[in-house]
Amino acid sequence: MNKIIGTAAVTAILAAGPALAQEDFIPAVVFDMGGKFDRSFNEGIYNGIERFREETGIEYLEFEVTNEAQREQALRRMVRNGASQIIAVGFGQAPAVEVIAAENPDVNFTIIDSVVDLPNVRSVIFKEQEGSFLVGMIAAMRSETGAVGFVGGMDIPLIRAFGCGFEQGARHVDPEVEVYQNMTGTTPAAWNDPSRGAELARSQFDRGADVVFAAAGGTGLGVYQAAADSGQFAIGVDSNQNFLHPGTMLTSMLKRVDVAAYNAFQDALNEEWEPGVLNLGLAESGVGWALDEFNEDLVTDDMRAAVAEAEEMIVSGELEVVDYRAANACTY
Amino acid sequence: MEIFTLVVLLLDATLRVATPLILAALGGLFSERAGVVDIGLEGKMLGAAFAAAATASVTGSAWLGLCMGIGVSMTLAMIHAFACVTHRGDHVVSGVAINILVAGLTVTLGIAWFERGGQTPDLYNPDPYTGIELPGTAVTTEDAIRMVVDADPDDRLRTPRQVEQAIAGGDVEMAAQVEALTREPTPVIGWILGGVQDFANGFVDFVREERFTGITLPLADTVAHVPVIGLIYSELISGHNILVYFALLAVPITAWVVYRSRFGLRLRAVGENPAAVDTAGISVTWMRYKALMITGFLCGIAGTYLSTAHNASFVRDMTAGKGFLALAALIFAKWRPIPVLLACLLFGFLEAIEARLQGTPINLLGLTFTIPVQFIQALPYILTVVLLAGFIGKAIAPKAIGTPYVKER
Repeated sequence: MNKIIGTAAVTAILAAGPALAQEDFIPAVVFDMGGKFDRSFNEGIYNGIERFREETGIEYLEFEVTNEAQREQALRRMVRNGASQIIAVGFGQAPAVEVIAAENPDVNFTIIDSVVDLPNVRSVIFKEQEGSFLVGMIAAMRSETGAVGFVGGMDIPLIRAFGCGFEQGARHVDPEVEVYQNMTGTTPAAWNDPSRGAELARSQFDRGADVVFAAAGGTGLGVYQAAADSGQFAIGVDSNQNFLHPGTMLTSMLKRVDVAAYNAFQDALNEEWEPGVLNLGLAESGVGWALDEFNEDLVTDDMRAAVAEAEEMIVSGELEVVDYRAANACTY
Repeated sequence: MEIFTLVVLLLDATLRVATPLILAALGGLFSERAGVVDIGLEGKMLGAAFAAAATASVTGSAWLGLCMGIGVSMTLAMIHAFACVTHRGDHVVSGVAINILVAGLTVTLGIAWFERGGQTPDLYNPDPYTGIELPGTAVTTEDAIRMVVDADPDDRLRTPRQVEQAIAGGDVEMAAQVEALTREPTPVIGWILGGVQDFANGFVDFVREERFTGITLPLADTVAHVPVIGLIYSELISGHNILVYFALLAVPITAWVVYRSRFGLRLRAVGENPAAVDTAGISVTWMRYKALMITGFLCGIAGTYLSTAHNASFVRDMTAGKGFLALAALIFAKWRPIPVLLACLLFGFLEAIEARLQGTPINLLGLTFTIPVQFIQALPYILTVVLLAGFIGKAIAPKAIGTPYVKER
């Protein structure tokens, strides 16, 4: 009996704990250009914080940046509205976070995809090259023409890292494989130009590629559509995009931004949040590749085995995937 | 790949990219020839793109989408006309206002209606229609494979490709299944009925499509193996969607209307010397309204092309400056229809070649290098400046452009 009362009391205390914390805990998120329903990077974040909201019942503040000038403004408004934990999505927000975080040392910030070195900022970055390496292997094993392609969004080192990892993975399987790489543009508009994405993909198909990997936000949707139209394979990015075109979506390279976002809020709620840099790779399950009912017929057992083997080697450090950002060059 | 094939594929891409430019630039031609500056081509296209994709996804008909796209674009053109012609407002201000209005409104309505951050749902065409079956006709392996996919009880097979791979991988049962369904046509009767059947099924597909897809012109597959001409016909001329053909057809029609018809004469006169037109007893206001209706119509088709033919959904700001590029092409072509076509094709060609040059190592004089992305992307603009400054000469706009007409009192 005592035990039951004891348990009840503990439960009551546990229940009251977060409730007390909730009073002054206002999470907020500022999405990047592309919007929270880009079915890719931003949507991953959205899924993570939605999970947090469903589990805890705590509502969050949100803002979708539609032009670059809004970033600082949006963060400042979140601070003014009393937010105590703000997730800034995307490398583009780094300069804004630097300013606002320095101005408001009491507010905690989590920036995804970039590093800001301040005592109240947690920077979450990913080893995109490792996930891209695995899908590069899958692409090269699936390819019948011996040529695969990569379509990037904006031409920045981060996106180059995707392409570089993809190339290494493809070459790991077949050193002779041809890897075409195209970037959509050099401005943020490159994240939202599906027409151009489709043309770039078609140009790669014309040159003989039969699998194309896109890391280009909304532009990628045009790439996947072009692949479906031409009957070639495409590989999604960030979120699991296999469902978009069943039959031609070979797989998706996963970047667990949802987990990063969820953890930021959860840690803050549990008062375990700490600043610093989190660099998430295969070993931390921060990146990976998607296998579900939409593509299980496309990825054969041999391919799965080969990928699993490479994954182990990367985790153990036996196989090193070069990060483009280390030297701004794809030399391996 | 041999160089000839590459060139044909490059020109094929050029047509796809240039189509919205051609339509929008011709639209601008009608407006500007009548003396109304139209900087709102971008907005009209964007509005039409949204309306078309939204309508097509809700109703399942690309044709209704086209109607709605044209409707929205013409409405915007009429707002422009009301502001600039009736109320003699500033043309540039009105055009910019339309661009801003549409950029915001499409995303807002998109979020409200579809809850996808301003995108519209993807448009999927149903599988090719095969409901009309006539006796004695051929059933090809391709058809048989599709039947197997359709009849699959567990819904495990989703694409014909999976069946092909299964057969290639030694699935005897699957091969037998396909084999059993294949049928040779009955001579003569079967051939004739086969043609009728294909046409009827194709027509059903054409009418009920949710998205405009490529039309294979007659004999395209048959002549595909003929050297040179076969490739040009099957890749370059055949296989585009109907809006591409319409855009190409619109050029000679525009040229005829502007230079050979009475309407065209009055249109040009209104842009050069509206007072003279007024003296002749023709309403300047009504002429300008009519010109803007045509502008709206053509921009509506351009926008519809973007969201329901070239792509399969609306994405915010998907025009990505094409309206302004069309305007540049119009000035580049000195407001004349045939040069407009050529200018748009040139811009399209540059974009197409850019996609192919990018990242490709070039070997010149023993040096291997890749051209920087930035340079290739700036190429259309550099070329415009160089050509306009050095070779094309001065572009003289219609004399009365941008000035509201005030009747003498």
